[in-house]
Amino acid sequence: MRTIYQHLGVIGIVILLCAAQAFAASPEINEFRLTNGVKVLHVERRNLPIVTMSMLIKASPRNEEPSRAGLAYLTAKLLTDGTASKKGPEINEAIEYLGASLGTTVTADFTMLTYSSLKKDAAAGLALVSDVLLNPVFAEEELVRKKTMTKGALRQREEDPQYVAKRRFLREVFGATHPYGRVLEGSPATLDAISRADILDFYARYYRPDDTVVSVVGDLNAADARRMLEQYFGSWAVVRAEHQGTGKQEQVPQMIANRVVIDRDVTQASIVLGHGGIARSNPDYYAVQVMNYVLGSGGFASRLMQVVRDEMGLAYSIYSSFSANEEPGYFLVEVQTKNASAATVVAEVERQIRRMRAEHISDSELNDAKAYLTGSFPRRLETSKRIADLIVSADFFGLGADYVQKYPSYINRITKEDVLRAARRYLDPERLALVIVGKESELKLPDAQPLK
Amino acid sequence: MKPQRIFSMLFLIVAAVLMPLAASATEPVHEYALSNGLKVFIIEDRKAPLATFQIWYRVGSIDEPAGKTGISHLLEHMMFKGTPKYGSKVFSNIIQRNGGSDNAFTTKDYTMYFQTIASDRIGISIALEADRMKNLLLDPKETVSERDVVMEERRMRYDNEPQSQLHEDLIATAFKAHPYRNPVIGWMSDIERISRDDLAAHYRSHYAPDNAFIFVSGDVDPKKIMEEIRREFGPIPVFGKRPAKTITEEPLQSGQRRVTLKKEAEVPYVMIAFPVPSLPHKDSYALEVLSAVLSGGKSSRLYRSLVYEQRIAIESSADYSGLHRSPYLFLFDAVAAPGKSGAAVEAALFAEIERIQREAPSAREIEKVKNRIESSFVFAQDSNYSKALYRGMFEIIGGWRLLDSYLVGVRGVTPEMVQKAAQRYLIVDRSSVGTLVPLEKKSGK
Repeated sequence: MRTIYQHLGVIGIVILLCAAQAFAASPEINEFRLTNGVKVLHVERRNLPIVTMSMLIKASPRNEEPSRAGLAYLTAKLLTDGTASKKGPEINEAIEYLGASLGTTVTADFTMLTYSSLKKDAAAGLALVSDVLLNPVFAEEELVRKKTMTKGALRQREEDPQYVAKRRFLREVFGATHPYGRVLEGSPATLDAISRADILDFYARYYRPDDTVVSVVGDLNAADARRMLEQYFGSWAVVRAEHQGTGKQEQVPQMIANRVVIDRDVTQASIVLGHGGIARSNPDYYAVQVMNYVLGSGGFASRLMQVVRDEMGLAYSIYSSFSANEEPGYFLVEVQTKNASAATVVAEVERQIRRMRAEHISDSELNDAKAYLTGSFPRRLETSKRIADLIVSADFFGLGADYVQKYPSYINRITKEDVLRAARRYLDPERLALVIVGKESELKLPDAQPLK
Repeated sequence: MKPQRIFSMLFLIVAAVLMPLAASATEPVHEYALSNGLKVFIIEDRKAPLATFQIWYRVGSIDEPAGKTGISHLLEHMMFKGTPKYGSKVFSNIIQRNGGSDNAFTTKDYTMYFQTIASDRIGISIALEADRMKNLLLDPKETVSERDVVMEERRMRYDNEPQSQLHEDLIATAFKAHPYRNPVIGWMSDIERISRDDLAAHYRSHYAPDNAFIFVSGDVDPKKIMEEIRREFGPIPVFGKRPAKTITEEPLQSGQRRVTLKKEAEVPYVMIAFPVPSLPHKDSYALEVLSAVLSGGKSSRLYRSLVYEQRIAIESSADYSGLHRSPYLFLFDAVAAPGKSGAAVEAALFAEIERIQREAPSAREIEKVKNRIESSFVFAQDSNYSKALYRGMFEIIGGWRLLDSYLVGVRGVTPEMVQKAAQRYLIVDRSSVGTLVPLEKKSGK
């Protein structure tokens, strides 16, 4: 084993050089503003005759009342379901006839509208996007239809034990009213509470040009990008002057250790455990990234995978994750194992968490984590779509225009001491929330007390 | 991975000949053959200092002996468990510490291993893949542990997922003789009993240069890459003559088959399967276009009718998988909307089938499908992985150049040909219908 590690150490050093070379090819970003304040990040890329656009709108579940959870989701999804001049099916058919794609996604912190097409169709496609964004009507009939579909999808998800476990975990960590503790789509009851007037009001408040950042990547130069975006989005005006800001500062409730078992007739237990985490702006973010790679986000290189899957053969999938959002997110470990092994796996995961806090990681673990994190970064820039998504998110989180160039230095300066400090500060085995969806009679849990 | 998802991407390939724009977006494929039978295809794309290495073995679940279902997939797992030179899991660790990602998947028809990595590190892939083609350890202890891992994988993907389980039941119903009836992951009792010796025999019969081919796509110099490939793979001996693979043919079906799954679930779910020919059968092109008219996008027929207008389903799709070594299936599915029954959803699906049999689709519908295909194809060229993947899937069914004849075939599809294909293949008496009947949950805490 030793000789292998020595051999691998050599490869690890070589990769740092090659990663630096890849970064030399990082995209050149032109930044400018449209007359109405929309911030534009443009990258010219001529390898294919395509154009892709990612528009980040600061409207999210953080702007909705808990009793109307799902408001941000419904607003985003109804954009393409009818404008002042076109019905929903007409819009979808027109976009698809062009071979273009148009979609909206809602995350915990923002709404993203994405568009892509061949360059020759960009003008026709962006005219449709402009109509959808500037003139949506949110027809009552479409709202009713969307609510029914969303309720159906929520119900169907109940079939998935992993979803049930994760949802309950988020509620345990954040509480029922915190936006990060809710399901993005809301619940049947909160969906019922949302009226057309709520949606019109939400749209008027939070869909604003002066708060919006759009990235455009592809086969067009800066002048064409500016002209096109000005033509299709330049007339977008603020609807409601009063501004709610980007959301309330949410306090994560002080977690106490807790254990929840949800009894289901399944052969395998779905397990989620963890607690509150960090915000993306936390200066320890990169130390946490390295630490988490070693613990459970590093695939087959991670300790959790090596021990629970490779050595014990108790799981197909096991990983740990920190959701670094605008507000502090969560830390969790997710794993599935047959009911009878659940207690063994939970104990082992806790042991690994304690071990991260007890001792330094090894030199080779540190070097391997750095080599992967820096060396894999260029792959996140392989396609125009990936570049568009990455640069607009980097802007949202305030990572700086030179984030892509600087990322390797953020990782490479992390030491073993930084990792140990991060583990001690951001992992806490004394306040883990544990959720198990499984067949209770087979779980063999040691006792019903909260875990110590 | 679920093979059907990969195959639905097939459409992306259609456009190269349909539109000159798509054709101009493709790079040439450099083709080589080693004396031991290994074929190598290299696509040069210099846009970013990255490359993908893929090695394809012509062995899938349809090549498995009786009582050993799942052995190809378990062997795929064991390929990561080391050789005398590199210990267990060292393969992935080396790739990751070089900034790369690696994985593999097994389908009914083939097994594929891939790495995406900085292009100047592609030699690592070549050395490691050559090593595990001939020197796999198959450690007995590791075998037992990995068998347990695969049993957990089966519980996660199928036993705990009612819709996936219905899919498994329906395929086993639609094929009563052809080995397509077996799931790629295998039946649980077979997985439990696969031994180290079984795996070694399966490895010896299928992992050889003359039963494999390589695709490399990315920022590479084909000549230099070939030097490395020749050096590493060249010495591996040819397997030579092997017993001809006999795969049982599926007899013609007369009369509808039905299967019901009763399980704790929330929503009724319906699937319908019809036997259809695979590529390059002359009707396969019309079947491709037929499925794209029915499914994919909110303006496609199933979404527009079942989801949007009738509100009888919250999701519905059609899938034709032409890239198979034997004739496979044209599949429909739909998830019932709140309060709607499985029977109502099934009737709505058959009504859409009857509609396209009665009346050819419009010229604009066909045009739209071709535009979507062209655009998707061009976008796929932005990724080294997908460029190699699409050509590799054609190589499996007879040669990557089949892409060209296929493109010509699809270009010629008319609305009437789509209607005729629906009339010829979507026949009630050849259908298999699967229904998930939700049982109420036991009350939980």
